[in-house]
Amino acid sequence: MAQATVTGKQIRKDNAAMQLVGNVLLYVVLIGLAIFTLIPFVWMISSSLKLDQEVFQYSIRWIPEVCHWENYQLIWEKVPLLTYFKNTAFIAIVVTILQTLTSSFAAYAFAKLHFKGRDVLFLCYISTIAVPWQAYMLPQFIMMRSVGLYDTLWAMVALQAFSAFGVFLMRQFYQGIPTDLCEAARIDGLSEYGIWARIMPPLSKAAIATLVIFTFVGTWNDYMGPMIYLTQDANKTVQVGLRRFIQEYSSDYHLIMAASLVSLLPVSIVFLSLQKYFIEGIATSGLKG
Amino acid sequence: MAESTVKRRKRGMSRLERKNTLIAYSFLAPNFLGFAIFTLVPVVCAILLSFMEWNGGSISAIKWVGLDNFAEIFKVEKVAEKWAEGNYFYFFNRVDLGIALKNTVFYTVVTVPLTLVCSIALALALNKVKGAVAFRTVFFFPYVASMVAICVCWNFMLMKDGPINQMIMALGINFNKSWTADSTMAMWAIILVSVWRSMGYYMVIYLAALQGVPRELYEAATVDGANKWQQFLNVTLPQIKPTTFFCSIMLIIGCFKIYDTVAIMTEGSPGRATKMLVTYIYDVAFNQIKYGIASAISMVLLILVLIVTVIQFANEKKFANV
Repeated sequence: MAQATVTGKQIRKDNAAMQLVGNVLLYVVLIGLAIFTLIPFVWMISSSLKLDQEVFQYSIRWIPEVCHWENYQLIWEKVPLLTYFKNTAFIAIVVTILQTLTSSFAAYAFAKLHFKGRDVLFLCYISTIAVPWQAYMLPQFIMMRSVGLYDTLWAMVALQAFSAFGVFLMRQFYQGIPTDLCEAARIDGLSEYGIWARIMPPLSKAAIATLVIFTFVGTWNDYMGPMIYLTQDANKTVQVGLRRFIQEYSSDYHLIMAASLVSLLPVSIVFLSLQKYFIEGIATSGLKG
Repeated sequence: MAESTVKRRKRGMSRLERKNTLIAYSFLAPNFLGFAIFTLVPVVCAILLSFMEWNGGSISAIKWVGLDNFAEIFKVEKVAEKWAEGNYFYFFNRVDLGIALKNTVFYTVVTVPLTLVCSIALALALNKVKGAVAFRTVFFFPYVASMVAICVCWNFMLMKDGPINQMIMALGINFNKSWTADSTMAMWAIILVSVWRSMGYYMVIYLAALQGVPRELYEAATVDGANKWQQFLNVTLPQIKPTTFFCSIMLIIGCFKIYDTVAIMTEGSPGRATKMLVTYIYDVAFNQIKYGIASAISMVLLILVLIVTVIQFANEKKFANV
C-alpha cells in the first residue's frame, strides 16, 4: 500500500519532469519560429540605419556600428512621400467610412426586413464575392476612364467602397441579434432607420470594428488598384510611391528600407491597437465559412 | 360583406407591404448602386468583352469575333499541329497561357499544403501556451504588413550577398546566386514569402477551431491509451476537418489570384519562369492593349475560381453536419 503511493508519486514526478522538458522545448521552437517571422523586419530596421555600402557587408552585422538616423530625413526629400501618405490616408479613411455605413445599411435590410426579391438580390451579392476582381478589372477600368475618373483618388474610392464582402460580414452578424429586439423597438414607435441607428450599433461593435480594420488595412496596402489607376505623382499612394522609389533609387538599399519601414507604421499602429477585434473577426468568419 | 372586409384587409396589407419594401430598398440603395455600377456591370462586360476584339480606341472599333480570342490564347492550331508531331507538351512549354497556367498551378499546389501544415503546427503549439497572445501577434504581423515593403525586403535578403545566402553558405552549402534571378529558385522565393506571410492568418482560424474541439474527446483518448501523436491523428485532425476544408478553399482561390508578390519580386522573370495568370492578364491588357484577349484570359481565371467555389458549395452542407 505504502509502496504503491511511492511509485504513484514517482510517476507523477517523472510526468512533471517530462512536461517541463516538453514545455521548454516548445518555447524554444516557438521563439525560433518567432525570430524567423520577424527577421525581415529586424533586417529592415537594421539596414535602414546603415550606409548603402554597409547593407550587404560580409558577415551580417545586425546592429549598425553607427546609426544613421539622417536616412529617415533623406527619404522625405527624395520623393514626395508626404503627398503619398496624404493620398493614402484620404482613400483609406473615405473608403472605410463609406464601406461601413453603406454595408451596415444594406445588411440591415437583408437581415431584418422582409421584401420582395430579397433572396435573389442577396444571391447576386454572394455570387460576386466568388468572382476575382482581376477578372473584371479591365472593363471596370475602361468604364472609369470613360467617365473621367482615371488618375483620380475618387476612382480608388469608387473601386473599394461598395464591396459585397462588407455586406456579407455585417449581415452574418446582424442575423445573430434577436429579431424580438427590433419588434419591441417597432412597437415603441421607432422607425426602421431609428432601429438601425440606435439599437444595432451598440450590439454590433465587434462586427463594425472587424469591418473597419479589414477595410482600412486592405485599402492602405492595396497595390494593384492604385498601380493601374494612379499615374500622376501627385495622386500616388504609399504603395505605388514606394514602388517608384525602389525603381528610381534601386541601389540605395538603406533608403528603400527606411521608406518601407515608414510605410508600415500606420497599419501597424491600427493593427496593434485593435488586434483583439481583428483576430476575433477572422476567427469567427473562418469558422462560419 | 365578409368578403369585402377580407378584400380591404388584403389591400391594406399590400399597402403596408409596399411601404416596407420601399423602406428596405432605401436601406439597400446606397450600397447597391455602387455595387451594381462598379462590380455587377463590369462583370457582365468582362464576359461580353471576351468574345470581342478591341485594341483600345473608340467604342466603334469593337468587333464581335466569337471564340477567336480563346483560339488565340490557347493557340489551338499550333498546339494541334505540334500534338500531331508527337510534341504533347507544347502548350505548357511554349504557349504563354500554358506557361502561366502551369506556373500558377505549381505555385498553388506547393503553397497550399505548406501553409496549412505551418499554420496547424503553429496553432497546436500556441493552443495551451502562456504568452500565446504575444506569439500570436508576432506570427500574424506579416499578414497586415504591406506587400511592397515586405517583398522588397525579402528581395534584398535573397540577393547574391544577402543574409539568407550568407546563412546558407555558413551551413556549408555552396549557393551564391540571387534567388530571384535563378530560374528554379525564383518560384521558391515567391512560395517562401507567400507561406511566411499567410501562415499567421490561417493559424488564427485554426486556433479558434482547436478551442472548439470538446475536451472529453481527448480525455477519452487518453483513457484508451492514445499518445499525443495518435490523439492528433484521430481526434484533432478529424475534428478540425471543416476548418481545413475552408482554409484550403480560401488558399487555393488566393493562390490563383497571385499578383503583388510576383509583380514586385520578379515581374515574371527570369524568362517566363514566374509568369502567372494575373501577371499575364495585366500584361496583355495594359501593356499590349488587347482588351478582348485579356478578357478571354480573365475568363480562364474566372472559370478556375468558379470550379473551386462550386466544390466548396457542394461540400459545405456535408461538413456543416459533422
